[in-house]
Amino acid sequence: MTGAPAAARRRVVVIGIGNEFRRDDGVGPEVLARLQERADPVQAGPVQADPVELVSSDGEPASLIEAWTGAALAVVVDAVLADPPVPGRLHRLALDRLTTDVRPVSSHGLGLGEAIGLARALGRMPDRLIIHAVEAADVGHGVGFTPAVAAAVAPLTAAVLRDLP
Amino acid sequence: MTHRGDRTLAAAGLARVEGEGGMYVRVSDGQVEEVRLDIYEPPRFFEAFLAGRAYTEPPDITARICGICPVAYQTSACWAIEAACGVSLPGPLGDLRRLLYCGEWMSSHALHIYMLHAPDFLGYPGAVELARDHREIVERGLALRRVANSLMELVGGRSVHPVNVRVGGFYRAPSAAELAPLADQLRRALDLALDTVRWVAGFDFPDFSCDHELLALREPGRYPIERGTLISSEGLEFTAAEFEQHVLEEQVPHSTALHARLAGHSGSYLTGPLARYTLNSQWLPPAAAAAAHEAGLGPSCRNPFQSIIVRAVEIVCAIEEALRLIEGYQPPASPFAEAVPQAGTGHGVSEAPRGVLYHRYELDSAGIVRSARIVPPTSQNQAAIQEDLRGFVQDRLDYDDERLTHECEQAIRNYDPCISCATHFLTLRMDRE
Repeated sequence: MTGAPAAARRRVVVIGIGNEFRRDDGVGPEVLARLQERADPVQAGPVQADPVELVSSDGEPASLIEAWTGAALAVVVDAVLADPPVPGRLHRLALDRLTTDVRPVSSHGLGLGEAIGLARALGRMPDRLIIHAVEAADVGHGVGFTPAVAAAVAPLTAAVLRDLP
Repeated sequence: MTHRGDRTLAAAGLARVEGEGGMYVRVSDGQVEEVRLDIYEPPRFFEAFLAGRAYTEPPDITARICGICPVAYQTSACWAIEAACGVSLPGPLGDLRRLLYCGEWMSSHALHIYMLHAPDFLGYPGAVELARDHREIVERGLALRRVANSLMELVGGRSVHPVNVRVGGFYRAPSAAELAPLADQLRRALDLALDTVRWVAGFDFPDFSCDHELLALREPGRYPIERGTLISSEGLEFTAAEFEQHVLEEQVPHSTALHARLAGHSGSYLTGPLARYTLNSQWLPPAAAAAAHEAGLGPSCRNPFQSIIVRAVEIVCAIEEALRLIEGYQPPASPFAEAVPQAGTGHGVSEAPRGVLYHRYELDSAGIVRSARIVPPTSQNQAAIQEDLRGFVQDRLDYDDERLTHECEQAIRNYDPCISCATHFLTLRMDRE
């Protein structure tokens, strides 16, 4: 059980943004739930790698910054509204500390873009930030995904897993 | 400026999250004829969604209404359902509920002060620009939130949508040993909070006063946070169970939101920090009272711009209260009081960071929710905000539209409309005739 010293560990966090009572907006929490299901049996066995932290977020910038501060890798999963929309379409955006200004638009308004701007100003960007977004069709009050987004959950989860060490 | 007809001004950044909303101002012959504000989405979906659910579910479900104040929703829901079940909370569990709520006040107020409100006073478009010039200041706000989140994670299980809250109390109560390191963090946070009060007290405040009736909770002997009965500045006194006899919500033609007013009283009313402070400043704990005095606040505060000082004082209050509760903490014999459902109706109120939050649940004998009613603070404040804006705009008609839009946004931010319930973009439409 004596692995690498704690300081040398590479912290990895997956942040799911969204609200499951806002239809397609719940896709971030849903991906987290699927990752959790995968992680549970692994954690029961011998621990091989550092576990990936799973953080549920409402997308508020200060909370996002807290969640990813000090991480070697942060993967953010969120729903986005696009114009013109192609519901279910997946997007992946990778930023490192040196990437010049970028303002991703999420269904949480400027939340994510603001969080990145603020993290930069405060020197609190993770070493690497990967944003996975799926285009939403309906973020009104309600539960359950629209068909296009429901069909995108599995490929989205797989895409997130490919980014994890 | 009178040569301009209809103009549409759009401004982003009042708040985040989905929704449509805006502000409409009509000026005729130099007089503001009309101000309409639509900044808020009523919780009707949740009220409908709760019908048919088990009595154990509303605390978790309603916590999803607002990402910024889930504890408030959980608390008001718990009080209401416990009242319907005829169960009262033993002292130590009530203390834990207050302790958790202190964390939410700290977190919500720090967020509003540092991320949303202070940039207005310092001439920055937002927190990002403020952080570029004053990194240490924004870090102080984040540090306060970090301590708040530690509190909410320990007592509530999680800082976002706490999972440890249940009807009758908690799934698990923390041990005294777990709370000890939190007290150390809170003592350090107290200094940050006092610095925050001094910092915001130095801002320039427009000379502006509102004369709305004020509505807040009161719990004699201590500052109202998680419980209390209702009082108003015009002498009303009533309990949560009487809330709907006194607070009437009316449909107004231009808005999806309902406007609240007090029965038999003319004019709008205000709930939130100004009301809480003005009606309860005598119950502030010592450090908060001293900080308020040092900041120049009297026993009452009716300038909405100075609500930023009141919020800062309330952070001090929340930290002091949290420290007091931790010091006297005796783990409860059971983490919850058993609530056996019975047919009946229960009402619950608490002081959400933005003001009084009311819940009512009607249960059947099997504990199924037959109906639910939720009245959040932002819906109660909408009419008062609108009224204030009318006077505010009237005094600033010589400003160009861009400046006026910007200042109206600032004026609206004074009331901290819930950013999860409020709209994504404030669109101002102004007709000058």
